[in-house]
Amino acid sequence: MKLIHDTWLIFQRQALLQVREPAWVFIGIFQPVLYLLLFAPLLRPALAPLGVTTEAEAYRIFVPGLLVLLAIFGGLFKGFGLIAELRAGIIERSRVTPISRLALLLGRSLRDAIVLVAQAGIVTMLAVCFGFTAHLGHILLAFLMLALIALMTSSISYGVALKVRNEDTFAPLMNTTSLPLFLLSGIMLPITEPFAPEWLIAVARFNPFYWTVEGTRALFAGNIADSSVWQGLLITLVLATAAIFWSARSFARSVR
Amino acid sequence: MIIETKNLRKSFHSRQGRKIKTVEAVCGVDMAIAEGEIFGFLGPNGAGKTTTLRILATLIEPDEGMATIAGVDLRREPGEVRRRIGYVAQGGSTWDEVSAREELILQARMYGISKTEANKRADRALEVFQLTEFADRKCKTYSGGQRRRVDVALGVIHEPRVAFLDEPTTGLDPQSRAHMWEEIRRLRHEGMTVFITTHYMDEADALCDRVAIIDNGEIVAEGTPAALKRQISGEVVTVGLDGEISTASEMLETKPYVRKLEICEENLRLYVEEGATAVPQIMRTLEGAHLMLKSITIHRPSLDDVFLAKTGRSLREA
Repeated sequence: MKLIHDTWLIFQRQALLQVREPAWVFIGIFQPVLYLLLFAPLLRPALAPLGVTTEAEAYRIFVPGLLVLLAIFGGLFKGFGLIAELRAGIIERSRVTPISRLALLLGRSLRDAIVLVAQAGIVTMLAVCFGFTAHLGHILLAFLMLALIALMTSSISYGVALKVRNEDTFAPLMNTTSLPLFLLSGIMLPITEPFAPEWLIAVARFNPFYWTVEGTRALFAGNIADSSVWQGLLITLVLATAAIFWSARSFARSVR
Repeated sequence: MIIETKNLRKSFHSRQGRKIKTVEAVCGVDMAIAEGEIFGFLGPNGAGKTTTLRILATLIEPDEGMATIAGVDLRREPGEVRRRIGYVAQGGSTWDEVSAREELILQARMYGISKTEANKRADRALEVFQLTEFADRKCKTYSGGQRRRVDVALGVIHEPRVAFLDEPTTGLDPQSRAHMWEEIRRLRHEGMTVFITTHYMDEADALCDRVAIIDNGEIVAEGTPAALKRQISGEVVTVGLDGEISTASEMLETKPYVRKLEICEENLRLYVEEGATAVPQIMRTLEGAHLMLKSITIHRPSLDDVFLAKTGRSLREA
């Protein structure tokens, strides 16, 4: 099929570029690793009100949040690379060929999703060294959720980059939108009773990432049957699909 | 006719504070280009060359008008147009970290060409564009001229019937420029129609079979370079002076044998009926005023003179 063929072409090229600049994969996990080293040790006493008594329990709450953080931020800033490609004339060169416009986006976003899963794997392994434990099957399902988040956030980022077309607008725009999303998702500390005031929980429920964090957390805790798992997956899947179609339209539309 | 356009129009809107500013980039362009010619679009920066080219290359939709390219309606079947044309943008089109060979293979495959065939075409393109030597080095290591040749090779890898090249020689040194002209002539020799934009008149003159001069989004003149120049009767006298150029221009401007006068850097350009009789009079006038004359030349009108005659401005200052 043409779409698969075209997506594979773009994916191969994007993967090649990543392989030639492997440093970014590691720069990307620098922050989560710092959180793991310098912030996680504070968690066991801090999470005591939730009934946490061991390091392993604290990690089970914190590591999923950290991975979602990685997926959100990793994805939302992918647009920077696209702005560079726009400037180099690569998008224009692609757009005069008959290649599928959806493939121009999907090839890139899929590469991002796979890089993210690799990064999440490294961070999880490090967390295991610190005493984190979880069921492998659950972790894999959680990684699927993370891949969907990365597909969504990188698609959004590419769509926005095509609209604003310069870093000076793109960077502050992404920073200001990602901060409330990040704070309202319960990544650092769960937004639940008895921590959070009721209004904060109410607001957070409007943030899709709140649901993905809840779902990932339930998976890592071994509660695969918890309703937050399918809710999180479903919300992410729907939003990722919407983001992909919205952004692919930007690739198709004529831009100045 | 391989390219035909009727009344192409495009304007852009940009917001400045509360006001919405409208710029009419292309205002009613009509063109007819025959198969197998090198057609030049000559005009100053901002004249609408690139916008017209991007419309024809399916990158932007016109607000009005119609165009057929290689027998396909641009507005109805942009996808089919894409298969039949190649487009090389002004600013380049390659990734830094990838080699010319890798780029050529990917580009061919984006046109649906099979892997083995793409490899063959890349080899051939590298050879004819004289890129074989550094085919496997990263594009960021190439010189400006080499990189530009890669751009053009990418634009024609699928053997299109029409190639649109946006300022293919801008920023190149004279040697690379001559090299690029050779490549463009070779494309025509292979049967391709080549549509280039340029703001160099000598390029339009030397390279193009036919030229359209565009200014403020409108075509002001069209024809072979020779026919266009024939429209300007008379000759041009260029006078080189050691300073005091404005004094000299004031003195000469009013002389009956001077039709038009313009100042270009250190020189005065005078449009006269006959150079041979004008030169002694010019020399007398200047020497009478004790102005130091450095040089004096007579030449036939150039495309710049055509531009000046049609727009009232020199291409260089436009």
